Amino acid sequence: MAEYKKGAIFLVEGTEPQDVFIPEEFTEEQRMFAKTAEDFVKKEVIPKSDEIEKKNYDVLVSLFKQAGELGLLGAEVPEEYGGLGLDKVSAMLISEKLSCGQGSFATTVMAHTGIGTLPIVYFGTEDQKQKYLPKLATGEYISAYALTETNAGSDAMNIKTKAVLDGDYWVLNGSKQFITNAGIADVFIVYAKVDGEKHAAFIVEKGYEGFSIGPEEHKMGIVGSSTCPLYFDNCKVPKENLLGGEEWIGKGHLIAFNILNIGRYKLGMACVGSSKYAIEEAVKYANQRKQFGVTISSFDMIKEKIARMTARAWVLESAAYRTAGLLDAGLEALKDRSPAEAIAEYAIECSILKVFGSEILDTIVDDMIQIYGGYGYTEEYPAARAYRDSRINRIFEGTNEINRLVIVAMLGRKAMKNEIPLVQAATQVGKEILTLMPMSLLKPGFLAEEKLAVEMARKLLLMVAGLATQKLKDKLRDEQIVVEALADMVIDLYAMESGLLRALKIAQEQGEEKAKYQAAMVRYFFYETFPKMALNANKVLCSIESGDMLRTQLSVVRKLTRWYVPGNPVELIRTIADKVIEEEKYCF
Amino acid sequence: MKAICFVKSVPDTETRVKLAGDRLDKSEIKYILNPYDEFAVEEAVRKKEAGIVDEIVVVSMGPARAQEAIRSALAMGADRGVHIEDDSLDGSDAYATAKVLVEALKKEGGLDTFQLLMFGQRAIDGDTWTVPSMVAEMLGIPSVCNIVKLDIDGNKAVAVRMVEGGEEVFEVELPAVFAGRKGLNEPRYPSLPNIMKAKRKPINKYTLADLGIDAGTVGKAGSFTEVLKYELPPARQAGRKVEGEPEEVVEELIKFLKEEAKVL
Ligand SMILES: Cc1cc2nc3c(=O)[nH]c(=O)nc-3n(C[C@H](O)[C@H](O)[C@H](O)COP(=O)(O)OP(=O)(O)OC[C@H]3O[C@@H](n4cnc5c(N)ncnc54)[C@H](O)[C@@H]3O)c2cc1C
Ligand SMILES: Cc1cc2nc3c(=O)[nH]c(=O)nc-3n(C[C@H](O)[C@H](O)[C@H](O)COP(=O)(O)OP(=O)(O)OC[C@H]3O[C@@H](n4cnc5c(N)ncnc54)[C@H](O)[C@@H]3O)c2cc1C
Repeated sequence: MAEYKKGAIFLVEGTEPQDVFIPEEFTEEQRMFAKTAEDFVKKEVIPKSDEIEKKNYDVLVSLFKQAGELGLLGAEVPEEYGGLGLDKVSAMLISEKLSCGQGSFATTVMAHTGIGTLPIVYFGTEDQKQKYLPKLATGEYISAYALTETNAGSDAMNIKTKAVLDGDYWVLNGSKQFITNAGIADVFIVYAKVDGEKHAAFIVEKGYEGFSIGPEEHKMGIVGSSTCPLYFDNCKVPKENLLGGEEWIGKGHLIAFNILNIGRYKLGMACVGSSKYAIEEAVKYANQRKQFGVTISSFDMIKEKIARMTARAWVLESAAYRTAGLLDAGLEALKDRSPAEAIAEYAIECSILKVFGSEILDTIVDDMIQIYGGYGYTEEYPAARAYRDSRINRIFEGTNEINRLVIVAMLGRKAMKNEIPLVQAATQVGKEILTLMPMSLLKPGFLAEEKLAVEMARKLLLMVAGLATQKLKDKLRDEQIVVEALADMVIDLYAMESGLLRALKIAQEQGEEKAKYQAAMVRYFFYETFPKMALNANKVLCSIESGDMLRTQLSVVRKLTRWYVPGNPVELIRTIADKVIEEEKYCF
Repeated sequence: MKAICFVKSVPDTETRVKLAGDRLDKSEIKYILNPYDEFAVEEAVRKKEAGIVDEIVVVSMGPARAQEAIRSALAMGADRGVHIEDDSLDGSDAYATAKVLVEALKKEGGLDTFQLLMFGQRAIDGDTWTVPSMVAEMLGIPSVCNIVKLDIDGNKAVAVRMVEGGEEVFEVELPAVFAGRKGLNEPRYPSLPNIMKAKRKPINKYTLADLGIDAGTVGKAGSFTEVLKYELPPARQAGRKVEGEPEEVVEELIKFLKEEAKVL
């Protein structure tokens, strides 16, 4: 069980390994949940992949219903409404396993269990919960979430769909764009502005008068999932279907944002499942494909791909379950808040997972294609589909650009409200930085270099963020290149630290020998990522400073990072890849 | 009537078997409920759903991990578990195992209580295929192994077994032992609600002392067979293509079968 921590506190202080949740700690019950979900996808869903990709919705819906019968759709619905009321670690483990190889199916399910169902779980009135949740939890109803419009994508507050009360009905006019599950859903959470001004959300059922669904989009990936526009032409929605009741008029955007937090960590988790699938298929292929008289998995350049795919997926998995543990501890400790507000405490972590997960997965499916060579480019093997399916993750649930803006804006807010002592920590770093000698802090021991690297990365980030804030003040948020670099530093710090803490915890509990592959993955990941901290720090500093001042600042960046001696990449690659090649799967 | 299912915790089917010297290297093995036992449990659960069986007990002999196999069976719908764990059981062969299972059955009420004794045809690790018949023999009751169909009517059962080129149909009186194989049914995925319920189902734990078994009569000491060592099968050789005119090819093939493969 993870220790309660404030959201984003990792920016100002270190965490002890025993305080994070790691996947090695799943209970017997959680492993059984995972097995049911994984077996179901591998034995029932993946064999029907071709049918699903042909947009055969009968097949998709029938698999969806089967998943419902197995309880796979009810994890996050409370027991009193027919769900299982599980903790977040369990719910995320189920999400991961439901995403282990069929992107269209995974998207359908994630949209339903996440952004489709949770608005009612967290914001519905008692009557709305009673009426809809039991059917959503079991999959009898399929749900969708309709926020985006043609002129309101990233700028979601700009929606034009309008709701006007007329007697016992809300009358909706307007349209929605790119709505996942539109063609198969029974229930839609539709965002609109009451009288064209006040944000609100409505529960709209298929078949309501004046509600119609447009044609399917022709998409690049997740081709078998349904994505259509929605049209509201004097659509009559019963008065009681205003989500949350009248008190939520004018606060619908808060519902939307809170639900997106959840959508984001679930997306990160889905990327864990997809990553493992890509690795497993690629390594099986590499073990069987022969060129030059040997299997291609014996070539170091192939091993390098396998090693980095695995190390990145493992770090992502570490960050994802660390976050799941944080959410569970947070939901427990912040019981005085509503669950959605408790989750919002971790909005930064949710956005990190979304960006990191989607970008890691894209590198992994790219390596996957390359391992398959020409066959990766054809539809006969799973690589091409995995490659296409991955790409959407950087776009929906808030584009990665928007999520980077969110990360830095939220940090600014937390600092201003003094929710975390960011200003104090930055000031402290500013004071000590000139006399700090990293090498003198390096102690011998297991992953000692990497432990110190995380500490230095944190100081570097605090220093740079502090300088950028001082210099740019209110204008920081308009300097997107600076914001992007800062967001990347936040993401990389969280990722490096999550992997490190997991390896340290395994070593503490099972001995260093048992953590040898994990240590290799941590070192490989740091080898790639720690230098990026310096590059991004330089990017910020060069953008805001000049002359001798800049020269001094850049020398501090060098001091904080240059001492680090990474592992021998050839050895690390062979250590990691040989193990994965031997086991022929993601085996950590 | 009551059913009792005997199940085993075995290495996952995807396990890459590794050796440490001439012993199995078990350090990285993941264990699952023996897939053949799933047919047994599934059949019992279906009989319960059909109103024929009113209680299903799952028995497993093995180290602590056997409990996970029991829990999986409980999640499929069995009612309670029995776990026999004792250090002295290490090294038990099929015969010694059957003896222990029989004592566990007796402890739970014996044949007065249980009419349907269900097994998987084989365990995918030791792969002896013999425990079900041995248990039946020790109890002096009929056994039908390798079954693909089981119908129960009162205290009679009709079981269908696959044999080469056809089927054999047996009618037996209960109590009897049945061992299932692929084709008997399609085992269900344990649903999440049932997994959660399984956590609350009781598992009785027995040691050898509880069952009144003398440690010298089981384990290595009580076994007729002993595993001397493990060896990995030789790596598969690449195939060879025999080319040429039909007469030449036949001649070469015969030569190969005689001299190299030594099967003629
Ligand atoms: C397959 C699919 C399924 C979807 N499912 C749903 C769903 O179920 N429900 C739903 O409501 N929506 C859904 N969407 C919509 C999705 O959330 C939007 O596409 C996404 O938010 C981006 O909006 P947009 O497409 O209008 O792009 P735009 O907002 O036009 O963005 C275009 C580019 O500009 C960038 N950009 C925009 N604003 C800024 C800024 N301020 N600073 C820097 N860069 C910026 C973006 O990052 C992007 O790179 C789905 C989309 C797709 C493709
Ligand atoms: C759309 C398309 C059009 C094509 N058009 C033509 C054409 O017009 N004419 C034609 O002759 N061919 C054509 N090809 C074939 C193409 O040139 C081959 O696919 C390519 O050379 C790779 O071979 P392969 O697919 O067998 O992959 P493999 O050789 O099996 O390679 C698989 C992976 O192993 C790596 N690898 C292989 N050997 C080594 C090594 N020694 N060291 C390290 N890594 C190694 C590869 O780099 C790759 O990542 C086409 C292929 C496609 C997909």
